[in-house]
Amino acid sequence: MTAAEPIRAAVQAGPAPAAAGPAADPAGRGTRKVFLLTVLAAASVIFLFPFVWLVVASLKPRDRTFSDPFLPWPVPFRPENYAAVWDAAPMLTWLVNTVVVGVAAALTVTLSSAFVAFGFAYFRFPGRNLVFGSVLATMMLPAAVTLVPTFLIWNSVGLTGTQVPLWAGNLFGSAFYIFLLRQFLLGVPRYVFEAARVDGASYLDLFWRIALPLSRPALIIAFIFELKASWFDLMKPLIYLQDPALYTLPRGLKAVVDQFYQGGDPKWEIVLAASVVTTLPLIGIFFLGQRYFVQGIATTGHR
Amino acid sequence: MRRLRPETRWAYVFVLPWLIGLVLFQAGPMVASLVLSFTDYDLIGSPEFAGTANYARMMEDPKVARAIGNTVVYTLLHVPLAIALALALALVLNRVTGRAAGAFRTIFYLPSMTPYVAVGVLFLFLLNGQAGVVNQFLALFGVEGPQWTTDPDWILMGIVLMSLWNLGSTTIILFAALRNVPRELSEAAMIDGAGPWQRFRAVTLPMISSALFFVVIINTITSLQMFDQVYTMFFGNQTAQQSYGDAALFYVVYLFQQAFQFLRMGYASALAWVLFLVIAIITLVQVKVGNRLVYYEAEEHAG
Repeated sequence: MTAAEPIRAAVQAGPAPAAAGPAADPAGRGTRKVFLLTVLAAASVIFLFPFVWLVVASLKPRDRTFSDPFLPWPVPFRPENYAAVWDAAPMLTWLVNTVVVGVAAALTVTLSSAFVAFGFAYFRFPGRNLVFGSVLATMMLPAAVTLVPTFLIWNSVGLTGTQVPLWAGNLFGSAFYIFLLRQFLLGVPRYVFEAARVDGASYLDLFWRIALPLSRPALIIAFIFELKASWFDLMKPLIYLQDPALYTLPRGLKAVVDQFYQGGDPKWEIVLAASVVTTLPLIGIFFLGQRYFVQGIATTGHR
Repeated sequence: MRRLRPETRWAYVFVLPWLIGLVLFQAGPMVASLVLSFTDYDLIGSPEFAGTANYARMMEDPKVARAIGNTVVYTLLHVPLAIALALALALVLNRVTGRAAGAFRTIFYLPSMTPYVAVGVLFLFLLNGQAGVVNQFLALFGVEGPQWTTDPDWILMGIVLMSLWNLGSTTIILFAALRNVPRELSEAAMIDGAGPWQRFRAVTLPMISSALFFVVIINTITSLQMFDQVYTMFFGNQTAQQSYGDAALFYVVYLFQQAFQFLRMGYASALAWVLFLVIAIITLVQVKVGNRLVYYEAEEHAG
């Protein structure tokens, strides 16, 4: 059994079967369960409260932002804040930019990582362990270390000020996803590939027609993780983008904070509504791809 | 040149993207960063050799000392607190039945789907000294909360508090590890008369030690590179920067400022290399210590 097996089994089986409760102490089980659920409910309130506060405060007029903080609906109700945000900042442009950059980043990294992972999983070649060792070694490399030279590279080819540096580095695969996809492909029985070879399939066919379709769950995990990472990224847009028309949502939100939170003319409702617009689409994506997120984190430890 | 077998040639075709990326975006920049750290370079002229001047400057720069201090204090507070809380949540989750556990796990993960810029914005409001929810909550108990976002003595504590909202991935990893602990072990210990604490100490903890060890390393590395939330809250804005001095200055924030605000590419590269060495050393030490503390099931079975 290979390491990919549990990933696949778990992804395909969906949620793990419910763990049986402890057998002992049948009399105390009811009360203990109530106690445990109360603890979890209390924790849930703490984790959910900031969201509720954010959405509610974004729907109130400015002079009421901080009033009635524990009231879970807006009084008075002021949905016009969202119209005001659209006027104050090009939120729609930023949203489109974020989606375009995010999909470009996720698509390129998923395909290139799968391509490389197939190389490691299928072939035996001189230097394989050394090259795969370099994949493992770079997983812990702090991004901050290569910040300056990477900037100098994009600067030397005249691509600073464009969105290209936000995703083009992904064309060469990413260590985490290569590792994940290789583990997954190692779980595919070799005779599946060999049978196709006998039928005259080329190596590219093996990759495109067999490896890619079979590793679909792992591809989805890589895709949504990279989409999320790209949607979170503040540093690269800060470094590479000057024109507000090219901003992604996090960079745009930072600009909104700088303009409307501090300074002489605070417009908190704009800042809050812009934060909701930045966050909500990701929450939606999370609910769509939830089981892949949970599997991805549990199996790769990726954040 | 020796002719390669077609299969070997194809193998190199598949791993070629990784090799190109390794040279262009990982190993190359690492070396370039090291070379640049011995130069003065402001992007306009060409790099001038400066010997070890940048490293000497680091030793004397009070802001470097401050940034290291803040980063280390934050890491030392965040890592143990986050892991203890996440472990507590995971233990409780492991005690309730499947569907409920899944729903709570989703709730606990939601904060991790909030882009860091939005998290920073949200906590600027929640931690507001005059009217923020946190202090209004404390006031219910007659406690006068501190000025979390403006008092230099409390800013770091506020940042730690904010970081504890984000326990999702750590909880999921530990929960998945707990799920894999065979029930029979715990039950056998119970039959032998072990109490709950003894069972946790002698059975559960060793069985999840590799997952615990993993989250310690990952949390440490990410804490040392803290940037997005802090930069959103306290930097990139003139008025914001003056009022509370360097209380929120983190190491990567300072590196970023030196590189992209003051264009001191040589100095920033020296800062980056020191960060790289520190993270490499900490990871190595943790791995060494971990090897003594972590219980690896596979070895036991092989022996």
